[in-house]
Amino acid sequence: MFLAVIWVASTLNFFVPRLAPGNPIEDKMLAQVEYGGSSVDVQALAKAYNAKFGLDKPLLSQYLSYMHDILHFDLGYSITDYPTRVTTIILHALPWTIGLLATTTLLAFLLGTLLGALSVWRGAPRIFLGCVPLFMILSAVPFYLFGLILIYVFATVLQWLPLSGGMGIRSNPSLSLSFAWEVLRHSILPAASILLASVGIWALSMRGMMVTVQGEDYMTYAEALGLTGRRRFLQYGLRNAILPQITLLALSLGHILSGSILVELVFGYPGVGQQLFRAIQNQDYFVIYGIVLVLICAIAIAMLVVDLVNPLLDPRIRHARRAN
Amino acid sequence: MSASAPAATTAPALRRTPIPRVGARGLLRTLSRNPSFVLGAALIALLIGFALVGRFFTTYNNAFPLSGPPSLPPSADWIFGTDADGRDLFAVIVYGSLLTLKIGVIAGCLGLGIGTTLAFISAYRGGWFDIVLRVVVDVLITVPTLLVLVVIASVIHRSMNTTIMGIIIALLAWREPTRQIRSQVLVMREAQYVKLAVLNGASAVRVIFLEMMPNLLPFLGANLVIAISQAVLASIGLEALGLGSPSEPTLGLTIYWMMNESAFMLGMWWWIIEPIAVLIILFVGFFLLSAGLDEIANPRLRRAEG
Repeated sequence: MFLAVIWVASTLNFFVPRLAPGNPIEDKMLAQVEYGGSSVDVQALAKAYNAKFGLDKPLLSQYLSYMHDILHFDLGYSITDYPTRVTTIILHALPWTIGLLATTTLLAFLLGTLLGALSVWRGAPRIFLGCVPLFMILSAVPFYLFGLILIYVFATVLQWLPLSGGMGIRSNPSLSLSFAWEVLRHSILPAASILLASVGIWALSMRGMMVTVQGEDYMTYAEALGLTGRRRFLQYGLRNAILPQITLLALSLGHILSGSILVELVFGYPGVGQQLFRAIQNQDYFVIYGIVLVLICAIAIAMLVVDLVNPLLDPRIRHARRAN
Repeated sequence: MSASAPAATTAPALRRTPIPRVGARGLLRTLSRNPSFVLGAALIALLIGFALVGRFFTTYNNAFPLSGPPSLPPSADWIFGTDADGRDLFAVIVYGSLLTLKIGVIAGCLGLGIGTTLAFISAYRGGWFDIVLRVVVDVLITVPTLLVLVVIASVIHRSMNTTIMGIIIALLAWREPTRQIRSQVLVMREAQYVKLAVLNGASAVRVIFLEMMPNLLPFLGANLVIAISQAVLASIGLEALGLGSPSEPTLGLTIYWMMNESAFMLGMWWWIIEPIAVLIILFVGFFLLSAGLDEIANPRLRRAEG
């Protein structure tokens, strides 16, 4: 299953762009001629470049060498920024994306789950009940639309936070406290827009699960035992209702990723989304391939991890496995 | 809502489970119990109404550059203001809303149509088709939609228009409906009234269209609304990345221009707020509408709420 996803992704990724009518090398040459006015024979030059990038060979052998390279984690060179390797570009951008995405997803998951659970829990403050419709409606709106509003309010009008980027233009990455603060300041708005929109997803499904769980016999039993409200909530309610949430987390990763790519674009955040945008603008095949492939693999790996962790969290699955 | 009874005209063997007929008053009562449906439908209707009426006050040409002076804030002459290229934003919003909806409707209908067909074949015939389809859907559903669409859209970038955009998005829009409807059909196939029809020798076509479809309608409706909303979401994403049709003033393209020509630096709030407000109305409307339809399709939810 895991391998199937990766194989399908890489194959699609190879063939679809090749159907393009445009030839990136020639386009790029022509653009350079227009800029610089150098009168080299463009056709001949393009041919030389095609040979260099292997674009003149038959499709099948291109495909085989592509697969071979992927298995060796070699994604080729960027056409636009030759001789930068695609892997280098991605490795530079990936920490930004992962940092932003992992933190916000985890936070949204925890907040949303708790909020959803408390909203239907008898004996919880009524305020949680009122929060849920609000967050549900927020979850219907795409991340980046919030991003745009937040930028306008906090960066343009109030000027509290920076407009875009991942760090100041003049600052150098270092391990100092001030640099960390700067990175944090730049990440507040993107993180807030992802958080605002995704808390509702978790709250909504958790609420549904909690309603079901509360009707179960073991809840009545726990109440009859005279257990405290907190214990019943955490160990009887939450514990049982949270398992489908984790499955949902695995399924939503793709959706969250798509959203955060656009958030990066909106904020000019120096992550993978920004690089993808640049590559699209330049028709830089190898970078588009590379980024899409790496992201799909990342999702597949994350799902695999969730699949493997799930039985650890669910004693029923654990016991069933042992019985077999 | 008159109490016509088509069941009486068909063969007596095909008598369905009686559906309580409701008059206008009953309908009103049902609606008042389903505020999210009413509110969602109202929001969408408001938006479409605005776009349709707005056409009488402007022309399509005004949605293009140089139709007015650049960068004007809203005023009596330009009630929505103009952007940095001199597009009349009122015309952009009026025509853009419908263009964006058009993409969503094309992709949503295609996606739901393909999904429903596949789901019925798969759930009804079973066998290898079912197995293959299930694996394909399981694999495809994990793939981030936007990334795949980016790859496809970047290929046909030059000949892009809203119709093609809709079709491209439909390429992936069938996954969710297929999965949802398939499981629903599997449940429904075990229902007493379907079994009865099968025992009576009704053909598969007859069972599907006369027995199952009517009961599936609210469910299909909810799925359609979700599919349309997802398609609009994807189209805005593609357009914001610069992969949309450059010659049709959709809402996503407006956002692309707005970001590219740094409306933030210029402090042109009207250029920022207007497309976003319309999109938020649209998405919230779709969300409420689908929640409302879900409630109709799945009466158990109604009790859980109470």
